[in-house]
Order: sequence, then C-alpha cells, then structure tokens
Amino acid sequence: MNDPGYELLLWVRGPGWILALAVFSFGMAMRLFEIFALGRREDLAPPRPAERQGSPMRTVWNRFFPVPGLFERAPATHVSGYLFHIGFFAVLFFAEFHIQLFRHLLGFGWPALSAPLADALGVVAIVALLAALVSRMRDPVKRFLSTAGDYLAWALTFLPLLTGWMAYHHVLVSYTRMVALHLLAAELLLALLPFTKLIHAVTIFVARWYTGEQFGRKGVQA
Amino acid sequence: MSATLERGLAALRAGMDTPMATFFASCVHCGLCAEACLFYTETGDPKYTPIHKLEPLRRLWKQEFTLLGKLMVNIGLDQPVSDAELAEWEPLVYDSCTLCGRCSLACPAGNDITAMIRKMREGMALSGHAPEDLVHATQRAVTLGSPMGVKLSTLKAKIRAQERESGLTIPLDQPGVDYMVLFSGMEIVQFSEILGAMARIFKHAGVSWTLSSEAFEATNSGIQLGVSDLAKEILLRTVNAAEKLGVKGVVSPECGHAYTALRWEGPNLIGRRYHFEVVHILELLARLQKEKRLRLRQRDPEERPLSFHDPCQLARRGGVLEEPRELLGKIATDFREMSDNRERNWCCGGGGGVSAIERSEPLRAKAFQRKLHQIEELGVHTLVTACSNCRIILEEGLETYQIRVDVAGLTELVADHLEEDQPQTGAGAAGGES
Ligand code: SF4
Ligand code: SF4
Repeated sequence: MNDPGYELLLWVRGPGWILALAVFSFGMAMRLFEIFALGRREDLAPPRPAERQGSPMRTVWNRFFPVPGLFERAPATHVSGYLFHIGFFAVLFFAEFHIQLFRHLLGFGWPALSAPLADALGVVAIVALLAALVSRMRDPVKRFLSTAGDYLAWALTFLPLLTGWMAYHHVLVSYTRMVALHLLAAELLLALLPFTKLIHAVTIFVARWYTGEQFGRKGVQA
Repeated sequence: MSATLERGLAALRAGMDTPMATFFASCVHCGLCAEACLFYTETGDPKYTPIHKLEPLRRLWKQEFTLLGKLMVNIGLDQPVSDAELAEWEPLVYDSCTLCGRCSLACPAGNDITAMIRKMREGMALSGHAPEDLVHATQRAVTLGSPMGVKLSTLKAKIRAQERESGLTIPLDQPGVDYMVLFSGMEIVQFSEILGAMARIFKHAGVSWTLSSEAFEATNSGIQLGVSDLAKEILLRTVNAAEKLGVKGVVSPECGHAYTALRWEGPNLIGRRYHFEVVHILELLARLQKEKRLRLRQRDPEERPLSFHDPCQLARRGGVLEEPRELLGKIATDFREMSDNRERNWCCGGGGGVSAIERSEPLRAKAFQRKLHQIEELGVHTLVTACSNCRIILEEGLETYQIRVDVAGLTELVADHLEEDQPQTGAGAAGGES
C-alpha cells in the first residue's frame, strides 16, 4: 500500500486520465476551431470537366507514398518514418494490453497480435524513432528546420514506447511503477498532441484533401 | 511600425484561410519539400527549403491566429514580424522560387506550399520588399501595356513583316470571330515568327481569329510580383477587350504563367466568371487535331530525336498534360520523354518572375543544372517546349553550359508540319478555305 508506484498508478488511472482526456478534447476543439473558423473563398475559375479532374480522395491516399525519385533522395527519412509509424500504431492498437484497455473503455475488443510480434514491433518503433532523431540532428535540412517543438514532439512520442517496453520486460523498476510511468507518458502525449506538431495526425488528411482538390480541379492528380 | 509594413502585414492577414492554417499546422519538418525544389537540390543550401521560405508568414499565423501563439507574444516569448525580417526573406520568396509547384506535389503532409508562397508575395510587395526589377516590370505592364514595354506600334510593325512573309492577313480588332489571340511580349520581340505560324495554322484549320490592339499582352507580372490590385487591372484589359469583341474564346499563347493567370487566377481576381472561354494554344491545337481540322504530317524519319519540356504552369499548375503529347505524337518520329515529365517535371529555373530579376542570374544558372541533367540523359538534339520564357531560359542555360541542343516552340513546329495538300472531301476541308 505504501508503494509510491501504486499511488501514482491510482492517480494516472483516475484523475490523471480524466485530466489528459479533458485537455486533449479542449485543445483539439480549440485548434480545429482556429483553423476552420477562417473559412475560404469559393474558387471562381471553372474547373475541368468532371472526367478530367483529379480526385482529392486519391491525393489523401497517394501522399502515404513518396513521389517517384523522392525516396532515393531521402532514404533515412522515409525508412525511419515508415517503420516508426507502422510499429507505433501496431502496438497502440494491437498489443494485448491495449486491447484490454479498449475493451474496457469501448465495451468491445478485437484480436491481438501475438506477444512476441507486438514486442518486436515495439522495438522496431523505438529503434526507428532513435534513428529519426539522429537523422534530424545530422541531416542538414532537418537540423536547419528543427525547433524545440520538434524535439518535444519526439520525446512525447518516445517516452510511451520506451516505458511500455520496459514495463513489459520488467526492466529497472517494479512492474507497477513502470506501468504507472507508462500511463503518465501516454497521458502527456494525449494532452499535448493538439498543441504540438503531433496534431498532424489529424490535419494532414484535411491538408491533402485541399491540395488534391486544387490540383484536381485543374486536371492534375496530385 | 511603418505604414508600409502595416500594409504588408494586412495583406498577409487577408490571405489567411482554412487551407493555409491547415498547412502550417500539418508541417512535421521532415524536410522532404527541399528534395523536390531545384533551388535546394542544386545548391545543397537548406535555406532554400520551400517551407522555410514562409517562415515570417508562419510566425504571423501562429501569433495572430492561434491562442497559444497570442499568449507567447503577450508574455514576451515571441517577437512580432518586423521589416528587417521581411527584408531578409525577399531573396527567398522571390529570387529562389519559381512558383513551380513541385514542393506541393511532394509534401507528405499534403501542403500546397506554392500557393502559400504566392500569397506571401502579396505581403512582401506591399511592405516594399519585392525585387525592383519585378516592380518595374509590373509598372510597365500597367502604364505601357506590357512588362517588356512592347508598344502597339511594335506589334503592328511585326504584324506587317509577318504578313509579308506568310502572305496571309493577321487580323486586328475583328469583332465576332471565334478567338482573340494573345501573345507574350517575349514572343512579339524575340520570336515574332509565331505570328505568321498562327496565321498559317488558323488558315489551315479554318478558325476565325483576331488580335486586339487594346489587349495583346498575355503575361501578368502583377501576379508574379504579388499585387492583386495591379494584376486585376492588367487582366481587366484582356477581359474587357474580349467581351467587347464578342469572341467565343481567348487563346493563351506559349507562356505558362500567362495561362495560369488568365485561366485559373483571373476569375478570382475580378470576382466573376468570364463571358468567354480561355484555352491554351496547345489545347486548341489538340482539339482541332482531334476534329481532323488540323492535319499534321510526320517529320522526316532522318530527323534527330526530340523531347518536350513541360512548362510548370502549363503542366503541374495548369493541367495541360496530354495535349503536347497528342500533337508531338503526330509529328515526331523519335520522341523521348524526360525522366520526370508531365506533372512531375523540373522547372527550367526562370518561372515565377525569377527570369526578370537580374541579380538572381548566378543562382538561376546553378538551378538550371537540374534541367541540364535531364536533357543530357536523353541524348536529344531538339527540345520542344510551349512557353517563350522557358524557351529563353533553356537557350541561355544550354549556352552557359555549352550544350548543343536546339530549343523550339511547339506551335511553330505544328505550323511547320501542316499537311500541304488539302483533301477535297469532308467539311473540314471546306472550312479550311475560309
Ligand atoms: S515536406 Fe511538408 S511536412 Fe515536410 S517540411 Fe516540407 S512542408 Fe513540412
Ligand atoms: S514552388 Fe518550386 S521553386 Fe518554389 S519552393 Fe516550391 S519547389 Fe521550390
């Protein structure tokens, strides 16, 4: 009962979780309002005939893949980017523990990845994220563009992955304490997502659609 | 704060809309847009990263259009955009961006960076941070009718010379015809054979056309400079002339920016749709060819291989992608596509007003290496294009690097490959005699 890890666990599972969710919801609503309240003017130039237009939905999908030639010019960015995102989302949505949590929250669950596979994917995400950091610090363009916000976003993403892996493997501290730290890290990520570049998780789909529509009406599939 | 800075910032605020806010929010600083931009790939200098060219605009957005940003300024953690900052960005927003649109095609977040740079120029110009060369070109366009200062008397002299050469009439101010045709000042001065070429093509295809003495210049440097009011004034000349003559359509000539200005930006500048259609000359030629009113003959099989340089504003930013292929397919015996073609082409380095900025010449020559590699890879001896600005830049660049490749305009190539003997049957032939 006096284990400080246990008290922390109680907090992160109760008030901490509520707080994170509240900040996330408020932040997201505010950011989306900031964006959509601006509106946009109607484009008066007559578009190409429908059969010649490019599809904005296809642009939303296409941008998951590099335009020909781009991969070769920036292999590190692409490989670390893909591996991180795949590993991260696989573990987030398909690790046994997380599905239990979703079942608890949503009332239903789905089949989980086998434990060794989920573990491996978590490691892939961790290694990819470390590689992305090294690349960010060494690549001339990325180093030039990077701000404190980029490193903050990196840390916010890295910590849940690292603590999750450590909890699963009982590294360093007690399991209870590590799970508490893992939840705390996840809550931090959730709460700060709307206020950092991590908001791209939502906005890129809107951005792709607008660009796809602008190109599309002229007859170009972007 | 100076009055000009305030005007500039007001213009930037006016351009802020949902897409722009979405784009800024979505950037993850992945740096991939740099790899799509010829000014970065050929110099290796990170300051030419497309999204970085917008940094002052992004700061303005953050400080004035997000709650967190407002807070930061209020507690002194962020400084408002200053005159000095805009001055520092002038070479990035103008000299090193041709508005080619390639970054917008590559960004994984989906940001239309080019559209943002176009909008940023509005604020730069009004705050007094636009290159003088572009300001003067636009002044000439407003006062003289052409950024190169081409006067009506010049045009008339060229018309007479071309009429003598072709033996055909080149109509001026003829109301009620199908098309009013525009030219770029560059064409009138440097490539005036195009006038005769058009006359031959239209005679062959039986198309009625005219030039207007009130509006013959197709380019709109107001857009490249980024002053919408002036761009509108320049554009209205064309719109009024065309609507007065009562033509069905206006033909945009071999000039990429002229086409996007008239076809895609124009109605938004004047706040209404036109009472006529806008077609690019290649669209019109391809259409006539499909209708069999334009009959083309193949080049001599002995003739050497050729390739096509897609002008950015025509292809990626304009949507004229297949028309040049349809035409060249009828003419060329050995046509070779470039490695990146159509909407993925690389810019020649002279678009977006860059070719008018004298001080940018060394940078432009460097950026041209991108195109040079593409051309050299192909082993062609002729490069066809459909923009007189591209044409000049390509010729200059090839000359600088001492590469012997001829550059030609597609419209002239078409005019040189018209089938001579008119078939006696069919309605097309009858039309051809008019
Ligand atoms: S490619 Fe897009 S997301 Fe990446 S740095 Fe450029 S603008 Fe930002
Ligand atoms: S529009 Fe073209 S020149 Fe301008 S920043 Fe983008 S890629 Fe570079």
